[in-house]
Amino acid sequence: MAEIALKSLAHSYLDAPGSPQDYAIREMDHVWHQGGAYALLGPSGCGKSTLLNIISGLLEPTRGDVLFDGERVNALPPEARNIAQVFQFPVIYDTMTVYDNLAFPLRNVKTPAARVHERVMEVAEVLELTPQLKRKAKNLTADEKQKVSMGRGLVRDDVSAILFDEPLTVIDPQLKWKLRRKLKEIHQRFEITMVYVTHDQLEASTFADKIAVMYEGQVVQFGTPRELFETPNHTFVGYFIGSPGMNFLEITLRDDRVRVGDSALEVEEGMRRAIEAAPSANVKLGIRPEFIEVHEAPVAGGIEASVEHIQDLGTYAIVDLRLGDTSLKARVEEDQSPPTGRAYLRFPAARLGLYVDEYRVEIDHDESP
Amino acid sequence: MGESEMTDSTSNSPAADARRRRQARPVTRQWRKRALMATYIVFVLLPVYWLLNMSFQSNTEILGGLTLWPEDFTLEHYAKIFTDANWYMGYVNSITYVAMNMAISIVVALPAAYAFSRYQFIGDKHLFFWLLTNLMAPPAVFLLPYFQLYYTVGLFDTHVAVALAHCLFNIPLAVWILEGFMSGVPKEIDETAFIDGYSFPRFFVRIFVPMISSGIGVTLFFLFMFSWVELLLASTLTATNAQPIASVMTQTKGASGIDWGTLAAAGALTILPGIVVVYFVRNHIAKGFALGRT
Amino acid sequence: MTKVRNNHAWWLILPMLLLVAFSAIIPLMTVVNYSVQDVFDANTRFFTGTEWFREMLNDPALQAAVLRQFAFSLTVLAIEVPLGIGIALLMPKKGWQASAVLILVTMPLLIPWNVVGSIWQIFTRGDIGLMGWSLRELGYGYNITASPVDAWATIILMDVWHWTPLIALLCYSGLRSIPDAYYQAARIDRASQWSVFRYIQLPKLTNVLVIGVLLRFMHSFMIYAEPFVLTGGGPGSSTTFLSQSLTTMAIGQQDLGPSAAFSLIYFLIILLVSWVFYTAIMNMQKDKPDGGV
Repeated sequence: MAEIALKSLAHSYLDAPGSPQDYAIREMDHVWHQGGAYALLGPSGCGKSTLLNIISGLLEPTRGDVLFDGERVNALPPEARNIAQVFQFPVIYDTMTVYDNLAFPLRNVKTPAARVHERVMEVAEVLELTPQLKRKAKNLTADEKQKVSMGRGLVRDDVSAILFDEPLTVIDPQLKWKLRRKLKEIHQRFEITMVYVTHDQLEASTFADKIAVMYEGQVVQFGTPRELFETPNHTFVGYFIGSPGMNFLEITLRDDRVRVGDSALEVEEGMRRAIEAAPSANVKLGIRPEFIEVHEAPVAGGIEASVEHIQDLGTYAIVDLRLGDTSLKARVEEDQSPPTGRAYLRFPAARLGLYVDEYRVEIDHDESP
Repeated sequence: MGESEMTDSTSNSPAADARRRRQARPVTRQWRKRALMATYIVFVLLPVYWLLNMSFQSNTEILGGLTLWPEDFTLEHYAKIFTDANWYMGYVNSITYVAMNMAISIVVALPAAYAFSRYQFIGDKHLFFWLLTNLMAPPAVFLLPYFQLYYTVGLFDTHVAVALAHCLFNIPLAVWILEGFMSGVPKEIDETAFIDGYSFPRFFVRIFVPMISSGIGVTLFFLFMFSWVELLLASTLTATNAQPIASVMTQTKGASGIDWGTLAAAGALTILPGIVVVYFVRNHIAKGFALGRT
Repeated sequence: MTKVRNNHAWWLILPMLLLVAFSAIIPLMTVVNYSVQDVFDANTRFFTGTEWFREMLNDPALQAAVLRQFAFSLTVLAIEVPLGIGIALLMPKKGWQASAVLILVTMPLLIPWNVVGSIWQIFTRGDIGLMGWSLRELGYGYNITASPVDAWATIILMDVWHWTPLIALLCYSGLRSIPDAYYQAARIDRASQWSVFRYIQLPKLTNVLVIGVLLRFMHSFMIYAEPFVLTGGGPGSSTTFLSQSLTTMAIGQQDLGPSAAFSLIYFLIILLVSWVFYTAIMNMQKDKPDGGV
């Protein structure tokens, strides 16, 4: 059983990396606790597969340490790490039966036949593969094959973590939720640490208790799905999580007032002070489309915007707005009629986040709203 | 990197020992692999080196005794080949009919392979099997009939004769290889193109052929290979005008015995085109292909 | 892939069919025609039926050549297939080394067959050849013109040199088509080097190997130019293979009837062996008993 810690980890595929762009993983620290169900979420090319391969030992990191329960395992090959990995495309041994496929990892370490049988039957039972045990693995459907690949990780009782690299890519949509539920079930039953790599936020949030969002070779936020939604730590998390993503307004401070383009915006005192104190000119306010208040008539503290487009999605509508040079999206529920022409927006202080150099800055909220 | 630290951080338990051993293995294995590979390469190169060695020696040095490298370095044999029309025309002839054969084979094999990979039609399986049997026909069997056939139709001693004769095995080979590659291209591509209003020829040339360029590269490589190396048909169907280099070489026996130096130089020059061809298709081969139907 | 029924596909086949028919059917008919006749000159010929076939099948010299041919083909296959697989496994996978090794390994395949003979003739001669000379210096009385054993060993060595690359090339390409994930999964499953070969690489190579073995069998059975140049079929007739016997008979002696009958028998043997081999492999793949350890 293991806690997996990454310390000052960095990896580059180049022999002599120079600039930060040369790194697939930029220096990062991270801890996966024993027994957790985690997702590693990010767009393609963000380094999540690289990170996974470093944890499993298929890659040796350029710098930093991989620690299993405090023991440095950087140089250990995968076979010595007690880790299983399930790949994007099902990897099965074509010429073997399902039974032999499942037994393979155990037989490789000369497990007694009786024990092999016991484990294989148990895992086949859980994965609902018992009827297929005698069949050639080659003739299975894609989802059955993927179950066999998972099964090879599960049969080993020495496995402390299973890593999934976008395992449902080739699975039919109607089977995806079934397999995902199966995974959850397995997680609860075996209490194994699971790390699930995906680029699909829905997949991540249904599977994982905590999600690590990766962007340009770094974990930019690690939190529950709710935390990622409500308080994104980084503008990227805001964009990437939620549909549509978070709105970001570039702001300036002029004549002692916070402005978006030319319009002045009323903000709390704490926010204003934080903006003043910002060490950079790259200052943005972030708000989710769900939290923008849209009014058809002028309201106190409201800011005027033009309505560009309305997309009616049945129970709610997405309104495209323009505020100076900035485009915004707002979500309007069906009980409220969407505005036409012009709209007046209010940003509730509790829902407004301040981002300096793309990272969230915590601010002290005023006492009462 | 960091091996010593690792030993420090792990205890001296048997498990740690086992881990260390597992780690050590890949490195020695790597070196063993390299050594074996190098041995094989030496085996491949030695005879070729000897040929080159001899091609740079004067005939007196060759016959005077064994020398491991040309002590009396000379280019006279190469000069002879490049100045004597009898010799260099041999290369021109060979390259001419090989190129003709490659062009003919690929042009007729492409549509045929497409038909086999996409359609079912009367007699398709039998036809495919019959095609493959042509690969198995020993050229020696066809020597005499070919001679008579091409003599009768007036093609004897022309490049076309050899190019056509080599079609016997090259077209079936091309169809076979291309069919495998084409079957790897999803049929939806064709359907989409036809829905988009492409005519068959335009679709085939503009969309389909570029998609299997790798397969065409591999096919051309094999076409070149089997046409360039074949001697029996090529020399039987030609006399003087279209004589391949390989049969010019059989005439190095002069009154004073075999002209070893020139023979070696001529042989060395026949290796070059092959190297050029492999160089061009190396990436297609390295990409990996699986020949034949499964 | 399901195929569409479409008899218009014949139009796509037609150009190819005409060309191959011209190169294959007309000559084959000539051969069949000759094989049942005794031809004296253009105007005098007799129908002989199966006489030439019987004569050829009973000819001890030819029977010996057939046996020699089989012995040769099986020997080179037994050496070249495992060796070729081994080489393919050793070949580097990326970088300039991969290209360089690929080119070097492939080189012997692209040398005209009689030049291969010449290369080995030069290489093995006792007076001017590196190998022949070295063997003699080492005290072995190497002589391919006098000793049938030496001649055989040399021809087999030459064939291994010449054709192992084909097997290696096909296998290399087959190996390259295995996705990395398979090797990674095997490492995670703690598979031994042998298991990786047995359960990942070999299964992926089956198809290319069937093709490789077929091509190698066919070509080794048709071998002509290399031994002709190297040994001339000697000493005696110890390295005279079928193609050489046939050319001598047809071109040298102008025995049209017998050589035509011989040709057909020759062709049929190759067809039969290839067919048996292919069907056997296909059946084996179908009914292979559950492949466990």
